[in-house]
Amino acid sequence: MSDSVRNTMYFAGVALLIVITGFVQSWNTALFILNFGLISAIMALGVNLQWGFAGLFNVGIMGFVALGGLATVLVSMPATPGAWQAGGASVIGALVLGAATVVAAVILMTNMKASKLRSFSVFGVLVVGFFVYRGLFDPAVGLIEEIDPAATGYLGGLGLPVLLAWPAGGLLAAAVAWLIGKTALGLRSDYLAIATLGISEIIIAVMKNEDWLGRGVKNVVGLPRPAPYEVDLQSNAAFIERANGLGFDAVTASTLWVKLIYAGLFTVVLVILFVMAQRALHSPWGRMMRAIRDNEFAAEAMGKNVTARHLQIFVLGSAVCGIAGAMMTTLDGQLTPGTYQPLRFTFLIWVMVIVGGSGNNLGSVLGGFLIWWLWVMVEPMGSVLMKFVTYGMADGYWLKDHLLESVAHMRLLTMGLVLLLVLRFSPRGLIPEK
Amino acid sequence: MIDFLNAFVALSNFVLIPAISYGAQLALGALGVTLIYGILRFSNFAHGDTMAFGAMCTILVTWLFQSWGISFGPLPTALLAMPFGILATMGLVLFTDRYVYKFYRDQKAKPVILVIVSLGVMFILNGLVRFIIGPNDQRFSDGERFIISVREFKALTGLKEGLAFKTTQGITIVTAVIVVIALFWFLNRTRTGKSMRAYSDNEDLALLSGINPERVVLVTWLIVAALATIAGTLYGLDKSFKPFIFLQLLLPVFAAAIVGGLGSPLGAIAGGFTIAFSEVMITYAWKKVATYVVPESWAPDTLVQLLSTDYKFAVSFVILIIVLLFRPTGLFAGKSV
Amino acid sequence: MSEPFLIGDSMTGGYGNGPDILHECTIAVNKGEIAVIVGPNGAGKSTGMKAVFGMLNLNKGSVRLDGEDITALSPQDRVVKGMGFVPQTSNIFTSMTVEENLEMGAFIRRDDYKDTMTQIYDLFPILKEKRHQAAGELSGGQRQQVAVGRALMTQPKVLMLDEPTAGVSPIVMDELFDRIIEVARTGIPILMVEQNARQALEIADKGYVLVQGANAFTGTGKELLADPEVRKSFLGG
Repeated sequence: MSDSVRNTMYFAGVALLIVITGFVQSWNTALFILNFGLISAIMALGVNLQWGFAGLFNVGIMGFVALGGLATVLVSMPATPGAWQAGGASVIGALVLGAATVVAAVILMTNMKASKLRSFSVFGVLVVGFFVYRGLFDPAVGLIEEIDPAATGYLGGLGLPVLLAWPAGGLLAAAVAWLIGKTALGLRSDYLAIATLGISEIIIAVMKNEDWLGRGVKNVVGLPRPAPYEVDLQSNAAFIERANGLGFDAVTASTLWVKLIYAGLFTVVLVILFVMAQRALHSPWGRMMRAIRDNEFAAEAMGKNVTARHLQIFVLGSAVCGIAGAMMTTLDGQLTPGTYQPLRFTFLIWVMVIVGGSGNNLGSVLGGFLIWWLWVMVEPMGSVLMKFVTYGMADGYWLKDHLLESVAHMRLLTMGLVLLLVLRFSPRGLIPEK
Repeated sequence: MIDFLNAFVALSNFVLIPAISYGAQLALGALGVTLIYGILRFSNFAHGDTMAFGAMCTILVTWLFQSWGISFGPLPTALLAMPFGILATMGLVLFTDRYVYKFYRDQKAKPVILVIVSLGVMFILNGLVRFIIGPNDQRFSDGERFIISVREFKALTGLKEGLAFKTTQGITIVTAVIVVIALFWFLNRTRTGKSMRAYSDNEDLALLSGINPERVVLVTWLIVAALATIAGTLYGLDKSFKPFIFLQLLLPVFAAAIVGGLGSPLGAIAGGFTIAFSEVMITYAWKKVATYVVPESWAPDTLVQLLSTDYKFAVSFVILIIVLLFRPTGLFAGKSV
Repeated sequence: MSEPFLIGDSMTGGYGNGPDILHECTIAVNKGEIAVIVGPNGAGKSTGMKAVFGMLNLNKGSVRLDGEDITALSPQDRVVKGMGFVPQTSNIFTSMTVEENLEMGAFIRRDDYKDTMTQIYDLFPILKEKRHQAAGELSGGQRQQVAVGRALMTQPKVLMLDEPTAGVSPIVMDELFDRIIEVARTGIPILMVEQNARQALEIADKGYVLVQGANAFTGTGKELLADPEVRKSFLGG
């Protein structure tokens, strides 16, 4: 069986799974799986760029996804009236000052000889800078957050069309990735994993706490969206007629239609990114990246600047994740920093990449859909399984209750098992790297 | 003078005692991580959930004992149950080693592969623990709550500030000290312990010297299981047991091990206390202590909190990153793979 | 001629499934002797030694120790049989003390090895002085002494050294050679690969000059030093 036939069968298989879900559960569920599957596929693509091309083990994907979500807020929400005047300038000023302090410390560190004087100066600069920063920052933040905290209490955004937020998410993620990569990419594999995990935790902690930026855990709701609102559709006469003609009631039809619009938009983005990734893979640049991955020492000996290349890939992969994050937040319609759970979701993406086929773009996309489907369907399937297992038991029996309740925890267990089984028996994944 | 005493008491109550206690828990966790790194040569992401598993087994046995009416007087019954928890955890880690890690070890797989595998094990364990005991908070401590409570202290000393020294904090410190002494005695004075250090130092030469690698691996896992169970149980007694917590604890534990120097047991302990003290001190509102110590006119109106408590975990990371950038082998010059 | 105590006889082989590096190479040492393997770079000297120790696949030839054929044994098993091996690099436990290094050297011994340790300290007095210091903190020459001491702790029947003076200064090298002669005087045969051919041959009872994995010249140390061809090739005339 040739590769393309086999791959088509895989994708057809996944499509079939989703369609079956539509029939057995509901079309809304199926479309929900499809949409999130599309987003996951993009994230898997981004991770695969880093792992498959460069062998970088990034466990901090969630941080970049969160940044994408933040970008959505910063780009598309209207600016909070009065917030900028109250504290905007001071906050920016404080941040610039903070950055300048760090830069000054770094300059001192690199340009002075190691000595007590250097240590004192750096320490002094940092301490003074810190207190000045706080002195400027805290009151400004307080003023901003005082403005109608129930509804806003933050700076707001630029009020631009929401579709611009998606590339903006990519850019924001790329910028942060560049900073992180500059510092962390020299580290060895395990250390890089822990460092990236830590940084994503910090990013999410910042988002949860800096209310002036994104309302923190108060969440930003009512994000503008590229698709019509269901309620509007439901009161649109023409729409109702079309829906009834097709055999759907207006409510269901409106939700389905909105989801389909998103699906269309997401697919376009996925296709664009996929094509770009494929072309990169087969380009001389892509071949060089993989040569570096396979033998770093030899590549360095040949004059390739390995760290710079790794940085490129790190930034690109993170940018892709940022775009996906922006898309995800748009789909949700709200920014909820509390729901970003770094390790869990990151882990899921990794399972996608590995099961699908690490080092292969198509494989990552396939993995994205398949694993996401599995993740959603484990719970209902597990429920059925448990009902079967506890069939013979009396109602109210503690084991029965316990088993039925614990279905919710089966998801992670199943995913872990899938990962281990694939790594052991089929480590190259479904669609292996060529 | 009284002011300084009050300041010191407040400091002890809110900073010193909690930090020492937390530091001991992190140190025990970091010891497990560092041993695995030094001897098995990979970062075991599943360690946090191994701690959860160990604590869970101890809790189940504790409940059993409590239902049988067995108790340990003023000390928590969990201490009696802990050996059983340790045994169960030993079984678990040996099982995962035999059926998961050994395959990759024999293949001489890259360390990063083992890390990914340990991620898988982590989630299976996480799911398993929640499956068995549920995701909620579990209470299992009993016995005397305080060695000395705030009220007793104030009555005793007549100071304005009170000091509370919980039993669990005391047990944590005592147990940690005992465990560390035992571990260091084992590593430095017994033949098996020395062979483990040799294996960690220079694998080829150790093999040449006739040291049996399978035995070293076995003993390592047994010790790690014990450390993880003890650390997890103590943390659960002192703060609370919630499966989710251990996922979060993984990160400071790793930070502690790396800061101290991966592969160095002494480093793990130093790292544990460094991280604990930093977390507590940087997020503590110093206003109270400052008010006692400085003259009235200088008394601060703000909380004098360097970073808000929400950033507690961020602190360990920032320290970790600073160490990784400037002294990647850690305080005690461990190894880097 | 009676069978030598240790002999790698007509060895042909290479690493793994790779091409042959050794071609019918024969190396032997008798009781109480110092045998030295010298040759130009890439001649296969270390490879020859490693073949005797069992770290190579031999396609042809055999290795015999004290009359017993040990060709099929792994390096660890050969240590048990009485071979002591000091690798060129990474030959001590740097994070452990000198005394602990010696203890690890005696790991396979189940009996009391205190006497052996005393012997080693007599042979290498500097080690006794620094016995509680971490081995990694010692100088190059001292580390080599630790490495040799470690190998001697099993009371081996034969001691094999892979370039013991690599990277040490000339004075230290002289001292090391003195120590090696002392060890030989205790009756242990020594097989040694050396870069510093001239000095090595001066103390050698038997010398093997290897070129491209095969024996080129064989004789006593004095004979080889006097041989004009040997001197021309690589002793510098």
